[in-house]
Amino acid sequence: MSRKAYLPLGERITKGAEPLSRVVWGLPPMRWFRIAAHRMGIQGRTGVIALPYLWLLLFFLVPFIFVLKISLAEAAIAMPPYSALIEWAEDTYLTVRVNVANFLFLIEDDLYWKAYLNSAKVALISTILCLLIGYPMAYGMARATSATRNVMLMLVILPFWTSFLLRVYAWIGILKNNGLINNILLSVGIIDEPIVMMQTNFAVYIGIVYSYLPFMILPLYANLERMDMTLLEAAADLGCRPTKAFFTITLPLSIPGIIAGSLLVFIPAVGEFVIPALLGGPDTLMIGRVLWDEFFANRDWPVASAVAIAVLLLLVIPIMFFQRSQMKEAS
Amino acid sequence: MAEARSGVQTLEPWNDPDAKPYIRIQNVSKKFGDFVAVNNVSLDIYQNELFCLLGGSGCGKSTLLRMLAGFENLTNGNIFIDGVDMVGIPPYDRPANMMFQSYALFPHMTVEGNIAFGLKQDRVPKTEINKRVKEMLDLVQLGPFAKRRPHQLSGGQRQRVALARALVKQPKVLLLDEPLGALDKKLREETQFELVNIQEGSGVTFIVVTHDQEEAMTLSTRIGVMDKGEIVQVGTPTEIYEYPDSRFVADFIGSVNMFEGRIIEDEADHVRIASDEAGCNLFIDHGLSTTPGAKVWVAVRPEKISLSREKPNGEENCTTGRVDEIAYLGNLSVYRVELESGKQMRVTMPNLVRDAAERITWDERVYATWQPSSGVVLTR
Repeated sequence: MSRKAYLPLGERITKGAEPLSRVVWGLPPMRWFRIAAHRMGIQGRTGVIALPYLWLLLFFLVPFIFVLKISLAEAAIAMPPYSALIEWAEDTYLTVRVNVANFLFLIEDDLYWKAYLNSAKVALISTILCLLIGYPMAYGMARATSATRNVMLMLVILPFWTSFLLRVYAWIGILKNNGLINNILLSVGIIDEPIVMMQTNFAVYIGIVYSYLPFMILPLYANLERMDMTLLEAAADLGCRPTKAFFTITLPLSIPGIIAGSLLVFIPAVGEFVIPALLGGPDTLMIGRVLWDEFFANRDWPVASAVAIAVLLLLVIPIMFFQRSQMKEAS
Repeated sequence: MAEARSGVQTLEPWNDPDAKPYIRIQNVSKKFGDFVAVNNVSLDIYQNELFCLLGGSGCGKSTLLRMLAGFENLTNGNIFIDGVDMVGIPPYDRPANMMFQSYALFPHMTVEGNIAFGLKQDRVPKTEINKRVKEMLDLVQLGPFAKRRPHQLSGGQRQRVALARALVKQPKVLLLDEPLGALDKKLREETQFELVNIQEGSGVTFIVVTHDQEEAMTLSTRIGVMDKGEIVQVGTPTEIYEYPDSRFVADFIGSVNMFEGRIIEDEADHVRIASDEAGCNLFIDHGLSTTPGAKVWVAVRPEKISLSREKPNGEENCTTGRVDEIAYLGNLSVYRVELESGKQMRVTMPNLVRDAAERITWDERVYATWQPSSGVVLTR
């Protein structure tokens, strides 16, 4: 056998692409770019790493700066509906007008505080519900035979193939007064008049738990599936009954999965807007909805932007916590 | 080593008809679907023994061990430990502890926590737990590492934690699945003796599963050789090596030269066997009760054969060939001699002389002889 056959796949691809890449990098614009990069001390590796950073810079940081800029402006009847941050005054002075009134307004008006707290509360309860429902499901999947496991995994992922909005609308059909549940209960004769489920917090919880459950199940499943089953045999061998072994071995070892799943549910649930808007009632106060109202109903872009910035700051803490736990697990 | 142990105590319960076996495996079978992993195994193991189950991979030795621990149900048969029928008793209620091949240490607990785990399950008082954990840490010399997590330990240290964790409950039987498999050669050799010392000190009956015949020879009081789910031979290391009762055992333990032949004379004090493969008649100094003309195999260990340039006296147990290959190992040399029948014969000779020029060398014509007591006649 020739030596070439022993090359690992990745190396074979790079080796195979070598003549092509030599031609491409030899073309004048690429060559200039290469020479310039080389003079600046930038290597190919740095270039590869720079790409995702460039992506984030363009599509995350730049829009964020726009939003930050708007949040520091004043509402105005204009196109766009806010004042400029930097202006020429009397043609000679370059003025920067920073308006912090929007942020002060958020603090003064208790509507925003309540909306923030309520969002956090709804997200927290939803996360706990997702965990309670998702853990047994993930556990069942992880311990199933590989054939059933694939079917179950498929079933968990399947809802993603339909539009998220459509699925939330489907819940309206199920929960409304003349919807599926009430019709069945009425026809069977268990109830005399429909139970009001739509436009309540109950419906919001159903919507959030239903929508975000896969985000809880998948990291938990990945964690539980990887667990070394001989640890449970060892526990049994040392006199530990199966239920106790679950709480002393399986559960502590799945904590990284629990943290990952919980944050993947909690973080988007805090800012959730569609579900409370469609399923919630007038008393469902969530920050995502308030933001929508500020933006589209009040057309107060600066306050809406300030709300968005505040939500972001509120979420930075759990996001950082998530990052840390991910890094810890990787090491 | 094993000989010394049994010699000092003159304790060979397996030869004593009145001795009561401590672990009794009776007609045990295990089937996975159509595959028979363990086939009708019966085995008596006595208290304080260090019994080795030896066999190649897939021979059913690990399955048998897992049935003793309670991880696999028996398809057939019974297992008694200290007189108690183990069928239907879950692992957490058995008086046996296991040391896993992968060690299976709990990664989220410290060394101390791992060792204390089994005692906590039995609700042993805390002071008692601390005392016994400390004793165990001293025994396996891991005192300074008590607060470490398993991933902060070396392979040899993990192996000792696993041993301590299984021993701390003072089980009636300790089951060890390839206990030294993950260690490198040097560490393995050191640990073998440590393991024997710990076994003698603790008085616990050990059952060790291994595929390494050298390990089995060093450790055990007795060895059970397994093949295809069956026990082929049970005996002390010496018995297994010097008196194998089948070609499989002779071939599996150490290396051996096997000559096919036919019995031409079977008297009370000797047997004579004609063998074309060996190129001479084979003479054995004890009688057999076989029919003349029966097909048999004669096994001769390489170290029991001697090579010479001059033709020795006598026609029997003496054959001739050409040196085909030599492996110089320092203390001894291994010769591969091609006999006239075309069969390759393996001979090991101690290097008694220092001068290489005096030694037998490649392509030389040599005579190989062995004592009438050296050959083992095998009928299967």
